[in-house]
Amino acid sequence: MTGFPILSIMLLVPALAAVACLFLPAQTARWTALAATLVDLALGVVLWTSFDVGGAQWQFQEYSPVFGSFAWALGIDGYALLLIALSVFLMPICIGASWVAIEKRVSEYMAAFLFTEVLMIGTFAAQDIFLFYIFFEAGLIPMFLIIGIWGGANRIYASYKFFLYTLLGSLLMFIAMLYMSITAGTTSIPALMAYDFPADVQTWLWLAFFASFAVKMPMWPVHTWLPDAHVQAPTAGSVILAGVLLKLGGYGFLRFSLPMFPEASSSLFWLVFGLSAVAVIYTSLVALVQSDMKKLIAYSSVAHMAIVTIGLFAFNAQGIEGAMMVMLGHGLVSGALFLCVGVIYDRLHTREISRYGGLAINMPRYALLFLLFTMASIGLPGTSNFVGELLALMGTYQVSTTIALLCTTGIILGAAYMLYLYRRVVFGEIKSEEVRAMSDLSGRELWLLAPIAAVVLWMGVYPESFLAPMRKDTQILLARLDRAKPAGDSLPTKGKGIVPAAHAETTAHGSAH
Amino acid sequence: MHSILFIVFLPLVAAIVAGFANKSFGATLPKAITTGALFVACALSWPIFLSFVLGDAQASVTPVLHFIQSGTFDVNWALRVDALTSVMLVVITSVSALVHLYSWGYMSEDPDQPRFFAYLSLFTFAMLMLVTADNLIQMFFGWEGVGLASYLLIGFWFRKPSANAAAIKAFVVNRVGDLGFMLGIFGTYLVFDTVSIPAILAAAPGMAGSTIGFLGYRFDTMTVLCLLLFVGAMGKSAQLGLHTWLPDAMEGPTPVSALIHAATMVTAGVFMVCRLSPMFEASPTALGFVTFIGAATCLFAATVGTTQTDIKRVIAYSTCSQLGYMFFAAGVGAYGAAMFHLFTHAFFKALLFLGAGSVIHAMHHEQDMRFYGGLRKSIPVTFVAMLLGTLAITGVGIYGIGGFAGYHSKDAIIEVSWAAGSPVASMTGVFAALLTSFYSWRLMFLTFWGTPRWAASEHIQHALHDAHGHDDHHAEAHHGADHHGADHHGDAAHEDAGHAPAVESRGFNEIPTGTGGYHPHESPLPMLIPLIVLSIGAVAAGFAFFHQFIEPDAGEHFWKGSIAFDEHLMHAMHEVPLLVKLSATIVMLTGLLIAWAAYIRSPDFPAKFADTFQPLYRFLLRKWYFDELYHFLFVRPAFAIGRVLWHRGDEGTIDRFGPNGSAWLVQVGSRAAARLQTGYVYTYAFVMLIGLTAAVTWAIAG
Repeated sequence: MTGFPILSIMLLVPALAAVACLFLPAQTARWTALAATLVDLALGVVLWTSFDVGGAQWQFQEYSPVFGSFAWALGIDGYALLLIALSVFLMPICIGASWVAIEKRVSEYMAAFLFTEVLMIGTFAAQDIFLFYIFFEAGLIPMFLIIGIWGGANRIYASYKFFLYTLLGSLLMFIAMLYMSITAGTTSIPALMAYDFPADVQTWLWLAFFASFAVKMPMWPVHTWLPDAHVQAPTAGSVILAGVLLKLGGYGFLRFSLPMFPEASSSLFWLVFGLSAVAVIYTSLVALVQSDMKKLIAYSSVAHMAIVTIGLFAFNAQGIEGAMMVMLGHGLVSGALFLCVGVIYDRLHTREISRYGGLAINMPRYALLFLLFTMASIGLPGTSNFVGELLALMGTYQVSTTIALLCTTGIILGAAYMLYLYRRVVFGEIKSEEVRAMSDLSGRELWLLAPIAAVVLWMGVYPESFLAPMRKDTQILLARLDRAKPAGDSLPTKGKGIVPAAHAETTAHGSAH
Repeated sequence: MHSILFIVFLPLVAAIVAGFANKSFGATLPKAITTGALFVACALSWPIFLSFVLGDAQASVTPVLHFIQSGTFDVNWALRVDALTSVMLVVITSVSALVHLYSWGYMSEDPDQPRFFAYLSLFTFAMLMLVTADNLIQMFFGWEGVGLASYLLIGFWFRKPSANAAAIKAFVVNRVGDLGFMLGIFGTYLVFDTVSIPAILAAAPGMAGSTIGFLGYRFDTMTVLCLLLFVGAMGKSAQLGLHTWLPDAMEGPTPVSALIHAATMVTAGVFMVCRLSPMFEASPTALGFVTFIGAATCLFAATVGTTQTDIKRVIAYSTCSQLGYMFFAAGVGAYGAAMFHLFTHAFFKALLFLGAGSVIHAMHHEQDMRFYGGLRKSIPVTFVAMLLGTLAITGVGIYGIGGFAGYHSKDAIIEVSWAAGSPVASMTGVFAALLTSFYSWRLMFLTFWGTPRWAASEHIQHALHDAHGHDDHHAEAHHGADHHGADHHGDAAHEDAGHAPAVESRGFNEIPTGTGGYHPHESPLPMLIPLIVLSIGAVAAGFAFFHQFIEPDAGEHFWKGSIAFDEHLMHAMHEVPLLVKLSATIVMLTGLLIAWAAYIRSPDFPAKFADTFQPLYRFLLRKWYFDELYHFLFVRPAFAIGRVLWHRGDEGTIDRFGPNGSAWLVQVGSRAAARLQTGYVYTYAFVMLIGLTAAVTWAIAG
């Protein structure tokens, strides 16, 4: 696609606004940030509506060489489109969530957020492996600052932990990228996606990428940075962390590990399955005993992300598309849940679950929206997460019934910890005068949560809008993975096929709609 | 446009309107909208059912919207209407409409009525989506939707800790069943490459003899699929093992118990087994398991029902037991009989629950039957309605002539299971019928006969004191909601699931008698009309429709293949020995006699009996210790393991050797390095930058 360089402009708008914010007073910076993110949202809508579903794999491509083979190469497929859409959708909401909660260094804060947006869109749109790396890793910096400067009491420890974990993985990935670009003689991601590395090399490269993506995901046992980061981050930081940054790992698996190293993915899928199954049960049980709201939701995120990883490595359409749907759904729902926590944190300044209770009495609108997101989080049909979880687990079942069983226990444990949370916060009697004095959602808060609620229901009732853009990409990916597809453990044999006379009639009626 | 669209979506629209309107326009508008929508849906449903009864209707599928497509997995929202659906349609819309109407009276003092009515309509919508499903995914949507509504309604009085606990318990226990259902769906898709119900049912008979790998072992394919799906049915229909949520669900308002936890939602499991009956027919092992679980539940729940003193709990266990009947009927292959009992049970059990609600209403929210007695003269309409319900559930009828609803359906189950070669199930059913008759009459005798024991009730005392200080305690309760918050938050909120009575507690005969000057009032008209209408159902639903449901020729004509209807079995049902046919009537009379002897003639007998058989009595009173066992096996370990994993796992191991460990290493290392280095951050950063640039250049240029 030539002509209007929409992707570059989507990067440029928040970048310019970010620089401008640094020199503006607080209130102007707020409005600038909001305007810039809304412009990007509008551009995102244009991007989606002009995306040719079922057309070329790569669209809106831009290419300008920088030096050597390194190039400013942008372009998106369906997966990237959906994740960019998620990012630009959540960004104005994050700015809105920080409107009054952030009081110090507002201009810098807004700039940090806008830079985050640039880097996230860049990560999803990059078509050069080093351009990707720069966006991918640089995304750490504004997030590091957001946690470290505007975070809670223990913010230094949390930001340090966050940085240490993610840096370790990315160094190995960088070495792997150097090797790949030299061996294949190209830095173009689409070219590398079609390049066949020898199987033994694939394993090492796969592991190097895995080190980075597993941390970003995060997968058990390298998940412990997430609860701390969430707890210390300001509300909007948590939203963007859960909503978009956690999707980078899944996107990485989808963009690099699977298409570039099919054989390695196939021989190591058991590793992903094993870690994911442990994660679902382990982190769900840990979530059950949390007394801090944000920590509880953070642990639940780890469990949800495990569903993403098993889905991705199921090597079938349901698994992969389900994983993408879980990513999108989780991005919205956990983002919304963090907003819900933020709403009451702003009023009472504590995340202790036991301090609340009875909010349904004085905050009925809040109770309703919180209920919707709670139900979406536990995958109630009719909400976004159900479609994703159903497909991902269904895909997994075709590979391993045992792992599917273990991971499906997440629907029981998830219901237990989320409903237990909801009960303690919203139901029961009001226990203190401070809680009684809490007011229901303000207009601003309603405007933050209502759009997410609408999309959550849209994704749950008519997910076709979201499945259609990635259908072709899934086909291409599966065609590439087909040669390495692991056999499932079900292997049903054919029945005897004898239809007893007594049933013949039933059958005839049954099939006549 | 097919009328089914209105039947299904009117309740949804009504729920949304009522929910968002909430209290903005007063309580009457949401109540009128939801109730009106349900009566319209009901009026549209009966013609559909009757056209199937008359035999001139054909099955139809009305497409609504594309749902999910991923690979070969393709699902649409669609509304299927066939004979099986039509039965469920009339059950759901009729009972729901009547319960809506009943709630005008029952909930009149509650400040949150719009929310209550919105939930009721939402439930009805989800239930209708379940029964009109043309594929397993939509069925699961309805399945979970009714679970949500059930959760919300059990916890409707959200200020009460016990209601919240019961709501969570209901949802989580149901999720255990849903785990099975989901795996069943996955397996079904894997085997059949579709989740469309007609397509699966067409292919199922051909799968006999196929094997499949599951959890590392190989099993018969259809057995695995059916058992997984049946686990879902066990959860929703509160079968033995996953039944523990149902008695606690009585924390919800009584109309909810009548609609959701008696007439409709809990029968969804039975509906699912019947809907998928050709699948189950392909696996004798699975059917054997269904029969076993059904019969075991039937017996278990009936035994527990004999000892409970809370009126709603008795009826709850009765429901559990009756669901057992339906399952073992399905297990022996008599799906028509299972659906027939589902149909009649919906009327008489809703009647009993609403009747109980009327008694509770009259007795100022006292639920313990030990504090009732002699009520038949005070609330005659309720009494007659409950009496008709009891006659229906105990199966009163005369051989060769006919009888109340339960006579036709329950006797059919006992006979057909004998004919199908399951005498053990059949005799279990007979014994459970004895217990049914006993606990049903026990309920009637304790409530309506004997001398009043009202004065000893705290609730009655409360009412009497209220009446002293204020002319109208209703008005007081209403204003109280504003002033005292919880204390008087609608008197109905005092309702609960009945606390597990202490073993040492008094028998009814030891309660001092006396009215204390309390005058129970008959319920208002909105509550009495549903009782009267349902009474007609309890009397007539059996003989009016038994031809269509269970007779060989009429049945085949009616069901039109929507269930696996076995004509030969239904013929054989009539060939069973006369003693089997009469057994249900004999035990019904025996149970009545025992109850009469124990609760009317010599009222000190139950206490003596309980004393003599203390361990057995305690075992039954404690509901076979299921709650205690599960708490010990699952709930406590889950929290304990969670704490261990958090403190010992995350903090004690991963963090200790991970980030904190490396931090320690860095500190030690940097102390050594500091001697060589300048110690300024920017020098390090500069060195790193140079290194990085060099690496990138080397990679790209090379």
